[in-house]
Order: sequence, then C-alpha cells, then structure tokens
Amino acid sequence: MSELLNLESGRKLAALVAILAALVLAPFWMPLLGGYTALGTRVLVLGLAAMSVNFLLGFTGVLSFGHAAWFGIGAYGCGMILKFIALSTPLGILAGTLAGGLAGAVLGALIVRRRGVYFAMVTIAFGQVFYYIAFQWSSVTGGDDGLRPFYRQPLHLGVATLDILNDATAFYYFVLVCFVLAVAAMAFILRSPFGRTMLAIRENERRARFLGIPVELHIWIAFTLSCFFMAYAGSLYALVNNFADPRGLHYSQSGDFVMMAVMGGMRSFWGPLLGAIVFVVFQDYVSSVTINWQIFIGFLFVLVVLFFPRGLLGFLQQRRGA
Amino acid sequence: MTKRLDFGAVDRRTIVKAGAVAGLSQIAAPFIWSARAADAIKVGMVDPFTGVYAAVAQNELIGVKYAVEQINAKGGVLGRPIELLVEDSANDVGIGVQKTRKLIERDGIQFLIGDVNSAIALAIAQVSNEKKVLHIVSGGHTDGITGKDCHWNVYRVCNTTKMEANSVAELLFNKYGKKWHFITPDYAFGHTLQEAAQADLTKFGGTVTGNELTPLGTTDFSAYLIKARAANPDVLLVLPQGLDMVNCLKQIAQFGIEKQIHVAGLQQELESREAMPPEARVGIWMFEWYWKQPGVPGVEKFVADIRKRTGGKVPTARTWFGYTSMMSYALVANQAKTLDGVTLAKALGNFELPADVKLQPNKCYYRAGDHQLMTSSFVGEALTKPAGDPEDLFKVDTIVAGDKTSPPESETGCTLQWPA
Amino acid sequence: MTQLLLFNITNGLIIGAFYVLMAIGLSLILNLSNVINFAHGGFLVVGGYIAYTLEPYLGFWGALIASPFLTAIIGLAVEKVLISRVYGRDPLYSLLLTFGLAFILEDGTRVIWGANGKPFTIPAALAQPLSNEFFFITGYRLFMVVMVAVMIALLFILLRYTRAGIRIRAGTLDLETVSALGVNVRALRSLNFAVGIFLAGLSGVLAGGQLGLEPTMGAGLLMPSFIAIIVGGVGSLIGTLVGGLLIGVASGVTAVYFPAASEAIMYVLMAVVLLVRPRGLFGEEGMLT
Repeated sequence: MSELLNLESGRKLAALVAILAALVLAPFWMPLLGGYTALGTRVLVLGLAAMSVNFLLGFTGVLSFGHAAWFGIGAYGCGMILKFIALSTPLGILAGTLAGGLAGAVLGALIVRRRGVYFAMVTIAFGQVFYYIAFQWSSVTGGDDGLRPFYRQPLHLGVATLDILNDATAFYYFVLVCFVLAVAAMAFILRSPFGRTMLAIRENERRARFLGIPVELHIWIAFTLSCFFMAYAGSLYALVNNFADPRGLHYSQSGDFVMMAVMGGMRSFWGPLLGAIVFVVFQDYVSSVTINWQIFIGFLFVLVVLFFPRGLLGFLQQRRGA
Repeated sequence: MTKRLDFGAVDRRTIVKAGAVAGLSQIAAPFIWSARAADAIKVGMVDPFTGVYAAVAQNELIGVKYAVEQINAKGGVLGRPIELLVEDSANDVGIGVQKTRKLIERDGIQFLIGDVNSAIALAIAQVSNEKKVLHIVSGGHTDGITGKDCHWNVYRVCNTTKMEANSVAELLFNKYGKKWHFITPDYAFGHTLQEAAQADLTKFGGTVTGNELTPLGTTDFSAYLIKARAANPDVLLVLPQGLDMVNCLKQIAQFGIEKQIHVAGLQQELESREAMPPEARVGIWMFEWYWKQPGVPGVEKFVADIRKRTGGKVPTARTWFGYTSMMSYALVANQAKTLDGVTLAKALGNFELPADVKLQPNKCYYRAGDHQLMTSSFVGEALTKPAGDPEDLFKVDTIVAGDKTSPPESETGCTLQWPA
Repeated sequence: MTQLLLFNITNGLIIGAFYVLMAIGLSLILNLSNVINFAHGGFLVVGGYIAYTLEPYLGFWGALIASPFLTAIIGLAVEKVLISRVYGRDPLYSLLLTFGLAFILEDGTRVIWGANGKPFTIPAALAQPLSNEFFFITGYRLFMVVMVAVMIALLFILLRYTRAGIRIRAGTLDLETVSALGVNVRALRSLNFAVGIFLAGLSGVLAGGQLGLEPTMGAGLLMPSFIAIIVGGVGSLIGTLVGGLLIGVASGVTAVYFPAASEAIMYVLMAVVLLVRPRGLFGEEGMLT
C-alpha cells in the first residue's frame, strides 16, 4: 500500500517539476513553436483566472458565471492606484486584490443561499452590474475608453531594478513568480482541512450538512477566496495591458474562464491552466487565419460540452484508468 | 471502466477527425487573409473585424489591400513587395495589445495600421511607440491621439472631433438657428465632439437648450427625444455613431420630429446611412470623404476599382482611410529610401499627399506639429431618395480644407518627444 | 414636468412590453428544462434577419408571420441535436453550450448577411405617430404592444386549455412524475423549446422594425430579459410579465431625472428584489434553488 502511495506521489512530484520547468523555460521554447513571450504572459494570467474559477467550480461545485467581475475590479483597482495614487506595482497588485476580494465577500454573503441555475443567473446579473458601473462611471473608470494611461513600474528590489515595463522577458518572469505564489497558496488551501470540507460539500451537500458542517459559511469562504485569487489575476492583467477596461468584467469574459476550466478538466488542479493554454493559443491562431473565428470558438465550446465534458486532463485520466 | 457514449454510429474519434478536416479546409479556403512571400516587407493591421465596428473595419481592410496591390504592381517599397498581416482586435483592448505585440515581436512588421476603436488605438500606440514602429491610426477619432497622447511615431488620417465640429458649426448656425439641443453618446468621443460643437456655438452667440447623454448601445431614444422636443430648440444635433445613430434617426423620423425641428449632426458614415430606412435619412451632416466628386482627379478610377473588389459597392470614407494609410507609408519610404522608423516618422511631417492618394480637391498633408492629416470635411445634406446611384445618399455642399477646420498645433496639447 | 413623467411612464410600458416578449420565451425554456438559453438573443437576431430576407417576397405581414415559425424550426433542430444531450447534466453544461451557440449564431449571421446593419422597412401606415400630442406613440409601437398582448393571450390559452400546455405546466413543477405518468417528456421539451424560440423570433422581427438589424443586437437585449425573470421570480410566467413591465417603467421614469442611470436602474431593482424577497415577486420558494 505504501509503495502505491509512493508511486503516486512520486508521479505527482515529477509532473509538478515538469510543469514548472516548462513554464520557467517558456521564453526559450515558445518562439521555436511560433509563439512569443507576450503570449506566454497572457496565458499565465488567464490561466490563473481560470484556476481561480475552478477553485470554486471544480472543488466546491458552485457555478459562478459572473466571476469576471472580480477580475475586472482587480484590474481597475490596480490601474487606479498606478494612475492616481502611487507609482508602485506591488501596491497596485495589493489594492486590486483587496478591492475585488472584498467586493466578492460582500456579494457572496447576499447570494450564498442560492444554488444551481438560480445561483448562476444571479452571478451573471451581478457581474453585469459591475460591468455597467465601469461602463457608465466614466469620470472615474474612463467608461468605454477604459482606464488609461498607467504603466507598470519597474521594481526596485534593493540590489537590482527589474525593468518590467520595457523588458518583456523580465515581465514574464515577474508574472511567473506571482503565478507560482498564488498557485502555491491555492494548493495549500485545498490540502487543508478546509479544502477537504469543500470537496465533501461538492460531493454531497446534504450529507455534509447532516455531519454538522456549516455549509453556507464554507461556501461563502470558498467564494470569497476565489474572488481574491481572481482579483489578483485581474491586477496582473492590468499590468500586462497597461490598461483596464469594462470588457474584462463582461459575462462573456466569465464564460471564457469557465470554458478554460472545463476544457482543461474541472476536477484537476492544473486542468484550467491547460485549458487556458489551449484556449488562448487556439483563439490567437484561428483569429489570425480567418475573420470568422468566433464560429470556431463557438464550435469548440459545443464540442467540449458534448464530447469532452471532463476536459482534456479528464479525458487523459480516463484513458489511463481504463 | 470506460463510459460508453451513446451516439450510435458516430463516435468521438470520428467527430474529432471531421472537425480537423473541416478546420483545415477552412484555413485553405478563401477566408485566408494573407499570402506569404519571402524577402517581403511586412506591414501589420489591427482592427476590430468582429463586434460592433466590424463593418467599418472591413471597409478599411479593403482600402489597405487595394493599396498593397497598387504598391506591389509598381515595384513595391525599395524594390521589395509588401506583405500584409491582418489581426482582429475583436474590439477588446487586451487582444488588440496582444496581437500588436505578436505582429511586432514575432512577425517583425515595419509598419502598423489601426485601430478603429479609439481606446484600442491608444493602447496599441503605446506598444508601437515602445518598439519604435511607425504607426498610422486610420480610423480612431479621439482627439488625444494627435493631442495630449501624441507620440513621435504615431500619425492619424481621420479627423479629430474638433475638426468635425468646426466644419459644420458655422453652416448650421447660419442656416438653421441659434438654439441647439444635443444628443451625445456618453463616452470620450461623444463628449469631445459635443464640447467642440458647444464651443463653436458659444463663439457665434448661440445657446444650448440641453445635452442628453445617452449610454453607448442605447436602442430606445424615446425618453431623450421627448425631452428634446419639450426644450423646443432650432437644431437637434445627433452625435451618436453606428447603430445608435441609426436607431436615433429612425425614431426621430417615426416621431415626426424632423418636421418641427431641424436635424443635424457632425460625423456621418456611409455604412450607417445604408443601414437606415429612407425616411431616416434627413439633416445636415459631415462626411470625412465621399465617393461622388465629379471632376476631382483619381476619384473615378478609385471608385471603379473598389467596386470591382466589393461586388459593386462604393468605397466609403473608411476605405479611403485604409488606402491612404498604406499609401502614405509606401510613398514616404520610397522617398526617404529607408525603412527606419524614426527617419520615416520625421519625413512624414509636412508630407503632402499626391492627387491619386488624397482624392479630394484641397491640399492634404500631415501636419508636423501634431501628426494629424489635414484632410477635408465634406459638408452637405442627406438624401432621402438616392440621386441616381442607389448608394448616392448625400449631397455635398462644400468641401472645407483640413487646416481651416483644425485648431492650430499649439492648441492641440501635443508635445512630441523624439528619441535621442 | 408631469406631462414629461406621464409620457415616459407610458413609453416605459411600451418598452417593457417588448422585454416581456423576450423574457417569456426565455422563462418557458428555463422553467421546464432548467436551461439558461444564452443563445436566445442569437435566435432573436436570426428571426429578424429571416424576416428581412423574406420581406421582398412576402411583404411585411407575410414575413412577420412566417419568420417566427422558421426560427422555431431552426430552434427545434438545435434542441434535438445539441441541447437535448445536456438535459440531465449539471446546469453548467447547458450554460456553456448555449454560450457557444450564441457565438455561432452571431458570427453566422455576420457571414450570411454581412457585418453592416440592414434596414427593415415597416408599412408606412404604422410608421406614423398617433397624434401630435402623443408623438412618441407611433402606430408601430402600439402594434408591438398589441402583438405582445395577443401572444400572451395565446400562450395562456395554450398552457391552460391544451393538453400539451397542461403537461408543460405540470412538468415545470415535477417532471419526474409527469414522465412516470407516461408522457413523452422528450417531445414535451422539444415543443416547449420551439415555443420559446418562436417568441424569440417574433421579438426579432418586431425589434428589426423598431431598431434595424445588426448581428450584435441580440446580446444587448438578453440582459433585460434575465432581469425581468429574476425580478418577477424564476418559475412564474406572470412574474416574468410583471417583471418586464416593471423594469421598462423604471427605466423610463429614471430617464426623466437621471438619464445616465436609466439602464442601471434595472440592475438596482434586481438587487433590491434579491435582498428583500430573493424568490422574486411571484416566485415560489424552492424553485430551482
């Protein structure tokens, strides 16, 4: 038995190392395949967002289709700090994360009793409220033109200055570090007793309730945590673009994140990142080739839902297990 | 344990294979955007080909492609053919920025055209500036592009909002009256347009009876029209663009408002005109370029050539923007005999467009101080019934030169910082 | 000022009536099949464009009658081929499926009819205002309200007095029992979906006459439908009716005093309802929670 466990954890460790190595070396192998560093940075940020959605969706079983709202709030928060208050990248990230996370906490408390389709509808509608605020409150957010200009600031690390504004590779590594920090935090939470409880709720909510677990409280905490991660990803996104705009809050953006999570595999930790890679690369490639790329994206959605509901990693796991 | 999917004869593998075949045939099919050639000079175009601006973006593309054909037929730039790479910004800033980076970093473009969406234009201008690539904004109107957000490497073809307001204001004031009511789309373009028009009105001694700010994407203007009519102005200025404008004018016609109040506006586009039912085509407007210019050299050939490529449809101002942007690069590069971004940017200042590019009667040149093209405004009246050709929906009264409508360089707020 | 207010309330009711038409179709599909049809806006657009294509041959009235049926047939095909496959599953999948479908419909419209907007002509008789005083009530808007009222009445008759209608209502409450009683649930769902899409197609034709046609117009009209359903209460068609009218009037009234917020007010209303009475005005406790 212990041998089996060692094999399993050994395999997991190997997988982890492989993934990290691929990410660290990305600026070197991507151009060989026709990629470019900015694409990698974008994949990381959107992948993190997809993993944040999955934190809620795959691991708690709660469907939020309006999660882009926290993403967008994070982006605006970060942007506003950089534009109006202080030229400091870390402060921007912190502010964005807090803004989105706290907003999510408040909203979560309101809707935590709903489930299923109704919950999804409510998250869509509330997500749109924030989209609408960003769109209309143009004196603060810049409205449809977006919040600009602001620039990510070089990091002064005491011993050296990391010019993340002009050096694409340096910025990629900066984002990678941020990504790893967030992902580590996520993994830590999921392994904790709290994380286990979330899984229990996902599997059978009624039974969890009978066991005396305060289900609503747990869902609210899980919701809030995923909002914090989402807002964090949003702040990074603002840095990628040097821009924040209402599109980042729209339900179609939420839909994209959910699709990435589903496409990669909802039940696995790294699935959403894989989904993000496939989605972003697919969109990038197809939109360069044909003007009607939206039809292809739509078909991708349909195909995944009908034939690959477990996602790519789920599909691979099934093959292995069969 | 494997799960069986109950699809009868069709199984998952077949679907995937079919999908791959369909996908590949798509790629090979006529939707392909660019043909590859070695030794070519690559130029990039980023525009929103999907989303609300799709129609105008596609017309810009037609203009650019036509220009590329003409340039390559004459030997290209410095003896090398132009290869056009097109990317869809999908009306999303993040995607626009990403595609621009892709075009510059991965594909190595020497010249950039885009975007119709002003916000995206500004964002990608940051990238082109960072990478020192010459960039012409074909169709983004916000004043900042050649104003406070100007860059040494960025030029713009289409009018600024101030130019548009100045071109029509005097005519409206003299012909229609002094009390103006505005319907303004609630975003930067709308605000600057309205402020410019209001400034002109105040200068002439008129009054503003009201300014209705309408959210972008408003479909029902009845509440605003009710208010406008209650205010009893001489002129109702309709500033929204695109679908918003179509709906607003439709409702104005449905309510019969144009029978009591003169309807006018500033910028108008042929694409919007064609989307309107005949009764909505009323008022005084300004076009940035119009296809019917009898006697002006080059126009007839341009119109005929474009018609061949679009299955009979005339070029719009947008087609001309794309054409001019591309031709400007080729002309200035051939003249300066270099592809260096900084040299070309300097050379483009005060560069005058030849007759077969400017396609208008007045002198047309890029101003050195703010990089704005001094292009003319075509002021005139909408035609409810087309005059002959079904696409002739506008009667041009005057063509006002760009340097008459544009504020002086000192007032634009642009300070250019050239690289050391 | 009172005149302005009165005008805007009347106008709001007219706009609200249109929202009702959209929302009821959405609500029907949601109630019986638990599917959030994101593609509803897409079907609206398709309905409008089909009418535009038919108009030169059948005239306005012919197109008005034919288009919703054709759209419903397309809807039926989509339901059989795609949507029926995800009925039993987590609502996530139907959401993603209809989401992808919305993309396909929007881009498909662009491919077939082009990206530029198309004008849709309505008979001149309808395009006149009723009177100089009530200039904003054009014949066409009144016609729209009449159409909506007729549709609601027909729907009511369908649901109350036909066998299929009764089964649909029963299925909304307890599909399992209905199935156990021997009703062909598959056929029922298909019929229900087709009726919903019929209404979407009709909305599209009416919207086309009012607003003109453009591939992206569906998305903007989808949100108010959602809100109407949430405000009125999920699971209740009367609720959707009241919800739609309510948000229309609220929007109209706000446009008088605070125009920038005339769209936001719908969301505020929704937030208030969710806080004070989460099941909606007419919703029943336990519906889809």
